[in-house]
Amino acid sequence: MTVQQASPLRSAAIRPGSSGPSRRGGRLRLRGWSRTDVLELAAALLGSFSLTWLVYEELTTLSGGFGFFVCWFFAFLVTYWAMVRNRLGAAAAGDRLAAATVAGVGLLLVAGLAAILVYVGVNGYRALRPTFFTKDQYGVGPFAKATAGGGLAAIVGTVEQVGLATLISLPLGVATAVFLSAVRGRIARPVRLLTDAMSGIPSILTGLFVYAVLIYSHLLPESGFAVSLALTISMLPTVTRTSEVVLRVVPGDLREASYALGGTEWRTVRRILLPTARNGLITAGILGVARVVGEAAPAIIDAGGSPKVNYNPFKGQQENLPLMIYDNIRTFVVADHVRAWTAALVLVFMVLALFVTARAIAQAGPAGTRRPMLRALNRKGTS
Amino acid sequence: MTVLALQAADQPTRRPPAALRASEIDAWFGSHQVLADVSLAFDPYHVTALIGPSGCGKSTFLRTLNRMHELVPTAQLSGTIELDGVDIYRDGLAVMEVRRRIGMVFQKPNPFPAMNIFDNVLSGTKLSGQAVADKKGLVEQSLQRAGLWAEVKDRLRVPGGSLSGGQQQRLCIARALAVQPEVLLMDEPCSALDPSSTRRIEETIKEISSEVTVVIVTHNMQQAQRVSGRCAFFLASEGQPGHIVESGPTDKLFEDPEDPRTMDYVHGRFG
Repeated sequence: MTVQQASPLRSAAIRPGSSGPSRRGGRLRLRGWSRTDVLELAAALLGSFSLTWLVYEELTTLSGGFGFFVCWFFAFLVTYWAMVRNRLGAAAAGDRLAAATVAGVGLLLVAGLAAILVYVGVNGYRALRPTFFTKDQYGVGPFAKATAGGGLAAIVGTVEQVGLATLISLPLGVATAVFLSAVRGRIARPVRLLTDAMSGIPSILTGLFVYAVLIYSHLLPESGFAVSLALTISMLPTVTRTSEVVLRVVPGDLREASYALGGTEWRTVRRILLPTARNGLITAGILGVARVVGEAAPAIIDAGGSPKVNYNPFKGQQENLPLMIYDNIRTFVVADHVRAWTAALVLVFMVLALFVTARAIAQAGPAGTRRPMLRALNRKGTS
Repeated sequence: MTVLALQAADQPTRRPPAALRASEIDAWFGSHQVLADVSLAFDPYHVTALIGPSGCGKSTFLRTLNRMHELVPTAQLSGTIELDGVDIYRDGLAVMEVRRRIGMVFQKPNPFPAMNIFDNVLSGTKLSGQAVADKKGLVEQSLQRAGLWAEVKDRLRVPGGSLSGGQQQRLCIARALAVQPEVLLMDEPCSALDPSSTRRIEETIKEISSEVTVVIVTHNMQQAQRVSGRCAFFLASEGQPGHIVESGPTDKLFEDPEDPRTMDYVHGRFG
């Protein structure tokens, strides 16, 4: 039987978008790539590359890597569209064109992020020694090697300043979000407006504000804690608005159910609203930290920076990682530049570690339910 | 005897089913009146069904019975509702206490997603601040009463949301029963469920009716006939607030109603 070839069902019009169905052992494969699809894609890539090369590098006076890639991408889209149209028809070609565009833009984005990470990694790795985490820059002269001393003062500063800022702004931000989303008083609207306005304040201004109001008036010494307060002002709007959105998603019927069981407003918030929105609230905290972890300005103004490690965030000058990067990149000493890269690498990985940890906590599920892993283990045990 | 007494002291006290009496209830949302002069008595040891077309005020009436009505900011009310002779709106009873004594099951099953089955059952005692000495005992007893124990006793630690729709609704009934209410209000509890789950819930309703006073809103005439001893027919004519056309024993309402509109409705000729 040669139904396969002859069947009118094989016409392009009824094929599902991403690829033509191919029969194997009588079963219709509706998704996935056939060999023709792969070859077609490769041919389009190669053909457009050659065409771009010819026009861009040989026939015209254009040059430069970025422009070449942009032209290649558009030439590829046109070529690919034409090839698919020739084989499968206009509908399938449009579908593939859209898929290729989206995939291309996505790749570009990922490539950009990866490039930053790789660049920081390659440059920072040169001076990365275990001593970077155990020594400070105290007494390291301008002629010392890049590996001399370390970033302990800056790491301690960043951890303490951002940690304290999170401790203050997370409860405050979540409480404000509960007020905005669940309590909804008369002043909810002005509070929301103010929060939005606050999110636009540059960190150099929050730093100056803390200096003018608290340090200049001798209410607070120059310290890591002063930096934390400045960072809190920047963090609060992010945490508040993100938490508010997350809390709004919690279905209203859960709150009704709680009230119908005789629950008070406070217990409903604490036992139903917050646990249900837990993962989202963790995300809100992460976004808040991400917002401020790279801020050097408040540290310059409110803590002054310090090459010597200072574990006490409430007294004395303190460094942090962005400030260390800034200070080292401004000198004319190559060793300092390398040190700045190392500090940048450590900062990136500290943020990454925080994200991974927070995700893991969110994945673990609410207290009292079984962890997915445990459940899998149990299933294995019983079967 | 002493053992029994001790057990009773350990658990939230189980009171006998209470009589609930609504007199001359009018209800508004803003300036829009949705109920007019509704009077109805709910006897202990009876299941009362509220029937009527959509938008006739049955659910609003149900929600006035445990003060859920006032969660809507514009809601207003006149009339009295007495739980065992005490007006729940005026006699200094705390709202939370009223809602604990008059429980509620909603149309859509809504177990708390952040809790497992065990904690879902106990959630009411925690939310209303009741101390429970024998948690396991209370969970088992409540799930037994809701007819869910046999199905979930080996997996009390899985999230409540992982159950099927019918099981979730019975979990919600168990949750409502765990705080030992004297009255249980059910707002179309089976409308989101398949026939076999509906049957299980109806069996559950019959079983618990010896322990709590049950009021059920339903759009399903057969269900009203199957589960209820008494019945009230609500109607809201064009532009008019909802009111009770007729109420009485379910058999009489379905077989020999006094009002022709009741006859038409229960036989599916309008609505």
